[in-house]
Amino acid sequence: MTMTATPVQAPAIHVQGLHKSYKIVHVLRGVDFDVATGSIFALLGSNGAGKTTIVRILSTLLKADAGAASVNGFDVATQAPDVRESISLTGQFAAVDEILSGRENLVLIARLRHLEDPGTIADDLLRRFALTDAAARRVATYSGGMRRRLDIAMSLIGNPPVIFLDEPTTGLDPQGRLEVWQTIKELAGHGTTVLLTTQYLDEAEQLADQIAILHEGRIIVNGTLAELKQLLPPAKVEYVEKQPTLEDVFLAIVGDNGPDESASTGTDE
Amino acid sequence: MNTHFFGDTAVLTGRSLKHVTRSLDTIITTAVTPIAMMLLFVYVLGGAINTGSDSYVTYLLPGILLITIASGIAYTAYRLFLDLQGGIFERFHSMPIARSSVLWAHVLTSLVANLISLLVVVLVALLMGFRSGASVLAWLAVAGILILFTLALTWLAVIVGLSAKTVDGASAFSYPLIFLPFISSAFVPTATMPGPVRWFAENQPVTSIVNTIRDLFTSQPVGSDIWIALAWCVGILIVAYVFAMITYRRKIA
Repeated sequence: MTMTATPVQAPAIHVQGLHKSYKIVHVLRGVDFDVATGSIFALLGSNGAGKTTIVRILSTLLKADAGAASVNGFDVATQAPDVRESISLTGQFAAVDEILSGRENLVLIARLRHLEDPGTIADDLLRRFALTDAAARRVATYSGGMRRRLDIAMSLIGNPPVIFLDEPTTGLDPQGRLEVWQTIKELAGHGTTVLLTTQYLDEAEQLADQIAILHEGRIIVNGTLAELKQLLPPAKVEYVEKQPTLEDVFLAIVGDNGPDESASTGTDE
Repeated sequence: MNTHFFGDTAVLTGRSLKHVTRSLDTIITTAVTPIAMMLLFVYVLGGAINTGSDSYVTYLLPGILLITIASGIAYTAYRLFLDLQGGIFERFHSMPIARSSVLWAHVLTSLVANLISLLVVVLVALLMGFRSGASVLAWLAVAGILILFTLALTWLAVIVGLSAKTVDGASAFSYPLIFLPFISSAFVPTATMPGPVRWFAENQPVTSIVNTIRDLFTSQPVGSDIWIALAWCVGILIVAYVFAMITYRRKIA
């Protein structure tokens, strides 16, 4: 899946020996991993495993107790402003301004990134994320899926080379999930490095070039899906009646396009 | 990174001012309680209060203005708290902006919103018979003191907004501040109060500020009150700012 054909590059994200405690809770106990430029890296773990803590450290919102981390070649502790220039964070809950309209939210971020022509940037993203019709409406009136799309659209402004997505599909309906997946694939297709956290195994399976499982403060497994599968005994053949899942049924009945907000993020399957 | 401080602050202030202009109820609720108090005291209780001044509404207005500010800054804490809760505070902090502009935007918005509320209250007072022969310079002095007082309480509100655990907590802190003018020279002369209350009333910040503004409104010499008032405002401002910064650094550490 990795698009880059360039000779061996420094990893986009490099994490080594990361420790973090909150008071007496030792959340991270020596986390190490690298993320190759232009790849999708999934950090998998149950609630409370420390996924968000890692994302917050990498996005300069939190300081690690020990260890080193760099993003796009910049140290998160000593070169925080350069790191912030290189990243975008989409947090666990859509961090959008409810009182502003969708377009105003995008313009706001474009202006804070000191870009030329924020209006055009906003209009392009509204089109790309099928939000043009809702552009002038207050975000408070948006559905969960629309909010998440706007949230991700805001993160793309300025084309940061590295994007953090903290549980991007939590709380979304099946269509919303597929839309977000499609967007993430497109991002990586354009060379953006994506680090996403998730508690959904199928999400990691669908999207990630590399999967790491975080458990009790350490990365216990790290590899491609194929490598992870080899950790178990070879597949044996079983005959199981193939029933459609409820998700299959749901998507078949309502179709891939939501009735109100219309459309995926633009690309045909 | 501070090359963008003014630009970023302007952009973010524009954003939170939209929060104010799109929920004008916050301006109205800020102004409504002080106005109701003013009506109550002027038309119900005021007749029985002997302040020795010609117009009770003129006597009362300075204290009412301070109550307006005390209730207005509760919204500053509330808006800041919501930004923290909603994650947009973290989004801004993960972006290449001058980080302190996030707080300054709330402070400037608080200033603008309170000045609008104050203007509304003064207009109602004018309808109720408030008259002042104050010179332009005296009006500027009044505005200056009110701005200083607003800034001082706003930084207090920033501490609360940053450390509150619930929405109610983020706004409840303003009640004691709203109550403070009652135990001051704002409604009745302190000379009528019993010993310890009188001592408190005469030595708490509101009295010196109220007396100064009242003297400026009525073109009386302000005496030493103005220096005590300024000392209180600047003192609270500095202490609140320092603690707000400590709270902020702890928050983002």
